[in-house]
This record gives sequence, C-alpha cells and structure tokens, in this order.
Amino acid sequence: MDAKDILGLPKTPLPIPQEKKSRPQKDSQRKPDGISREVYALTGGVAPLMPSIDVSQLKRRPPSDEKITWQWLPFTSSARKDDLQLYHWVRVVNGVPPTGDYSFAKYNKSVDVIRYTDEEYEKYLTDPKWTKEETDQLFDLCERFDLRFIIIADRFPTHRTVEELKDRYYSVSRAILVARAPSPGEVAGHPLVKEPYNVTQETERKRALSMVLSQTKHQERKDAEVLAEAKRIAESRMAARAAEEPDLPVPSDVGLESAEGAVGPGDTISPSNVQAPAATIAPSTSVIADNASTLASLRMLRVYLRTYALEQMVQAASSSAGLRTIKRVEQTLQDLGVNLKPKVPTKAVCAEHLELRKEILTLLNLQKQLQYKEAEGSSFRDGSYGDMPGTAKRSQRAADQDRTFVPDTISFGVIPGDRVVKREQKRKGPGRTSETPSSPAGAHKRPRKMKASDL
Amino acid sequence: MVDTSLSKKKDPDQPEISLPTLKSQRTKMGKSEDSEKKIKDVEISVPIVYGNAAFWLGKKASEYQSHKWTVYVRGATNEDLSVVVKRAVFQLHSSFNNPTRVVESAPFELSESGWGEFEIAITLFFHNDVCEKPLNLYHHLKLYPEDESGPMSTKKPVVVESYDEVVFTEPSESFLARVQNHPAVTFPRLPAGVTLPPPVSTEDESKKKRGDTKDHPLSQWFLNFSEADELLQLAAARQQVQAHIAKLRRQISLTDGQNQQFKPL
Repeated sequence: MDAKDILGLPKTPLPIPQEKKSRPQKDSQRKPDGISREVYALTGGVAPLMPSIDVSQLKRRPPSDEKITWQWLPFTSSARKDDLQLYHWVRVVNGVPPTGDYSFAKYNKSVDVIRYTDEEYEKYLTDPKWTKEETDQLFDLCERFDLRFIIIADRFPTHRTVEELKDRYYSVSRAILVARAPSPGEVAGHPLVKEPYNVTQETERKRALSMVLSQTKHQERKDAEVLAEAKRIAESRMAARAAEEPDLPVPSDVGLESAEGAVGPGDTISPSNVQAPAATIAPSTSVIADNASTLASLRMLRVYLRTYALEQMVQAASSSAGLRTIKRVEQTLQDLGVNLKPKVPTKAVCAEHLELRKEILTLLNLQKQLQYKEAEGSSFRDGSYGDMPGTAKRSQRAADQDRTFVPDTISFGVIPGDRVVKREQKRKGPGRTSETPSSPAGAHKRPRKMKASDL
Repeated sequence: MVDTSLSKKKDPDQPEISLPTLKSQRTKMGKSEDSEKKIKDVEISVPIVYGNAAFWLGKKASEYQSHKWTVYVRGATNEDLSVVVKRAVFQLHSSFNNPTRVVESAPFELSESGWGEFEIAITLFFHNDVCEKPLNLYHHLKLYPEDESGPMSTKKPVVVESYDEVVFTEPSESFLARVQNHPAVTFPRLPAGVTLPPPVSTEDESKKKRGDTKDHPLSQWFLNFSEADELLQLAAARQQVQAHIAKLRRQISLTDGQNQQFKPL
C-alpha cells in the first residue's frame, strides 16, 4: 500500500467483472489484479511504474456472440508431396473450421538448382576432373540440401573439398545459363555470370580466416603492432612517392612485405618467425621511409642550406624517439665533446654527424632493452610479477647470478680513441666486491636499479 | 681571381645601370636547348661564410652610433661568389632608413653604424641558370663582446661568422658548364656519360671589379673553418659509441640466455 502511495497509483483495484465476488481486502500486500499472485511475484512483487500488462485486458473473455470450440481435425499441407493426412487441434468458430493452407507451408522454400540434360552435359559441361556421375550426384545433393555445401561435402561419396564442389556447381550452372541464354547480354546481369566463383581466392581466404582464428593473443598483439607500423610506412611512402623519390631503399620494402606476410595468409610457421624480425625491422623501416621522404622534399626545394638539410634529416631520424630520448642524445653528444650543430657543416661532416646521432639512438635503445631484460629476469627468479630488482628479497638470495651493470647515461672521456667510461651505480646487498668505481652523480635523475650481485 | 673565361647569359631583369661597382659586360649567349637541361642525382654546393664584424667607435661613439659594423656573405675560401649570386638583399631593423638594402655585386656586404643588435635577414638571389628561387640566411648582428667585463677596443672588432653550404639540386647543364673550374664552387662528380660543353671565354679581366674577398680590409679578422677537426672529433665519437653498442649487444644476449632458464612455468 505504501508503494502505491509513493507511486501514486490508485489504491483500489480496477473494477473487473470477475472480481464481483466481494473479497475481503485481505492484506495490503495483495497487489496483483487479474494475474495470479505467483506470476506477479516474478516481476519482483511490486507494481511496475508503467504497467506493461494492461490489467483490464487480461481476463477478458471472447466476444460472447461467437461460439468457439476446439476440434481435433485432419489437415494436409501443400508443402508435402504425398497426401499424408495429419491431425491437429483447430479453433472452430461458430462451427466453421478455418480455411486455407497449412499455415506453415509457406516456409517450405527451396533453391532453384538448374538441372542440365545429358545432351547439354556432353556439349558444355565436361571437365577432366569430374565424371558425369559425380556431377550428377553433386547436383542431386545440391537440390536435396539446398546448396548447403558443408552437408553436401559431408555426404559426397568421393572425397572433395567444399571449394571444389562449389567450384564445380557454380561453373556448371554458369555454363548452362550462358548456353541456354538467347544472347549473352541477357544473362550478363545474372549474379552467377557476373561474379564467377574463384576457387583459389576462396581457398586462400578460408585459410587466412582459420589462421586468424587460431592466433594466440600474443600473436594478435604483435600483428596489431606490425599493422600500425605498416600503416605509418605506407603513409610516409605516399609522401615520398608524391615527391617522386626514385630510390626508396630496399629494406623498407622488405620490411613492409614481411609485415604483410606476417598478417596475411601464410604458413603457420613463417608468421611466428617473421614476427620478431618484423617488429624490429618495422621501427627502422619507418625511419628509413622518413629519411627517404625528407630527401625527396629537399630535392624539391632546388636550393637549400646544408644546415637546414641536416636539421631535417636529424628530425626524420629521431621521428620515432620521444622528447626525453632526444634530450639524452644531445646530452651524449655533449659528453662526447661533439657540437650539437656542427661548426663546419660540410657534406662529409653532416653525414658523419647524422650517423653518429643514429648510433647514439641505437645505443640508448639497447640500454633500455638490456634494462628491461634484466628486470624481466629478476622477476622470473623472484617468482612474482612486478617485483623490482633491488628489493630486500633479492639481497638475501643465496644463489644469484653474476650480471654486469649497465649505466643509464654514460660519461665519455674527451680523449679521442681512448675510452674512459665512468659508470654510475647504486647497490644494495651485503658484502659486495666490485671493481668498477662509483662516480660522482651524473646527469641521470631516476633511482638506479640494482644490477650486480655477489659472486 | 675571377675566371674570365666564363661568360654570362644576358640577364633581362638586371637593370642596365652603369654603377661604378657594376662590372661585367654581358654577352648574349646563343640559347641552346641543352641550357635548360637538368642533371639528375647531382648536387653542387657553394661553401659560404656569413656574419658581421663590428668596431667600437670609442671616443667618436655617440648614443645612437656606438659601433660601425659590416654584415657580409663571402665565399668560404674567399673566392668570388658572384659566379652564382646575382644579388644579395640585406633586411635591416625597421629603425634604419631604407631598411631593405640591395647589393648587386660582390663582395656582398653592407656597412652601417648603430647601437643595437638585431636579426638581419639576408636573401641571396642567384643567376637564372643557377636557381630561380632565392635563399634566406639569418644572422644575429653582434656588436658587444661576449665577455662583458672586458675592455672594448676600437682596433679589434667583434666578429661572428657562420659557415654553411648552399646546395643546388639537379643543376642545369649550363650552370655546371659555366662554373666548371671555379674555385668558389664545390664541383660534383658527374654521373657516367654526362659531358659538359666547354666554357665560353669573355671580356678581359681588367674591366671586372674584383669580387673575391682575399684582400678584403676585414680579411685579417675572418675566421678559419676547417672540417678536419670536426671530422676527427666525430670519427672518434662514433668509434666510442660503436664499441659501446657492441658491448651492450653481448650483454643482452647473455641476459637472454640467463632468462631462458628461469622463464615462469
């Protein structure tokens, strides 16, 4: 009752003829009107905001002028080819049974399978790979099973793939259509004629699909990565092509093809092989493509300053690097005693400078790689994820591996040809014996990961 | 010295004003079809140095004229740039009278007096057979020495120079032919099968004004730019980096091997 108050619904039930019997308003909980209590309880036992069932309609009786009876009567169906008579309950109104076909007969649809004559077979349809008998069987099955080729392939007496069956069926039908047509133009619009079945394409397509289906999550991620790279390469290639760059380096083509090979149809073996190199090639091919498009745009300029050209090439080479990495490259250059912008930018000097920058980028990437691998390694050994090396657990570990330390930034000595490398490290762990000296605080900002340990 | 065996095509947009600085008589060269032909995959570069020298005027300095300065563009080895450069336009600060100064001949320089440092935009226009597009250089005029506490001298100028190279891509045959032996230009190696017509000789030397800066009054202050030092530096740096890369690669494969044993089950 309270709920009805809140909802603003009328407290007394709508008058229903059946409710004429004065029922004592038993309990305020008796909400359902016109439907049984149990059914009402299914809705949660409370009246819906908008009554979905029109309560007044529920116990409506049929119009009293009609006399309805139910009778057990025979019937036939036009869908049947025999004259089988079956029986069912029929709603008879005023003694008149319903007329018309069996109501489900309209659903008996089938496919128009073209049947050829023997003569036509001899003339148009012979094929070295198919006997007439087989073709006949195929067509029978097609008709019987409404072109459900999976089933047909299953029931076909000799072993044939679904694609082969389809190919045969469609090419025969097509040939018949064309042969029977008074003029070619008339059938040109027929789907069978317009778009012939392509066996090889279909086989390939299904193979590709099954490959994609059977990919592991890991592979899926790799593929997504490679696709993104390929897209970038394609875009920069468009730019290069627009600028008429003739000598796009071969590695980028190789990279692109291996990327496509990894994603598209291919042997199950090759994708996994290609994944790893493609993933590593992909970043460098995008850089190469950037370089190529930069060269192309420079060429278009007709005249430019070499310092400008160097700037552009440096930008292209660092296109895949973040701002932080670029800053680190510059820091490294300074540490090496090299001018950030060459003082004498001749062709040779600029080339060397560019190569040096690229090498430094490689160096930084390798450093990062090594750090990750070491972090990985330590997390494996700890047996727990996300366990950073340098926690107390590690220092107490008895059997530990001897690993070399990789500094975050490297200070180089200025003396050419004589490398003086200062290393920086922070260590935890008892009784360390190390030969490498610790250096004064360098340019790095992050806390160091623990790397080496006792022998 | 200027190679007088070179000739110039008649330049229609060059005004035929006889200024004392205007030097060469233009001979009309028969237009051949080849003159517009561009050589692909070839670039030709002209090393230049541009900058300024500024003298403090000392006693004669006034509030608005404390320095006398010259901004210039010269060949890196002090050769005559007019073989490629038709004119140079120096865009000065708007507080100067006629801030757009055009210099029609080598040496491409401009002298002024003032007190302020500002950016000067230098636009180089090239001869028609060289390049139709002009090139912009930007130089920040420096009057005051780096070391602010040091004494200012009227004898020793403050000099700031920048080295750069002007690169022409796909140069025309006629351009290449014309500058074949000119010392101001770094001539490229021509691809196989490309030959150039021999340069045509012209008027005598004496009529031409010297455009090179070898004996320029400021030449004693010019800086030397040698690529050798920088190349050496770069080579050494690369060596260091390469060695480090090799080392890291070894470490990575080592770690990989170690990690293999401990992969989680």
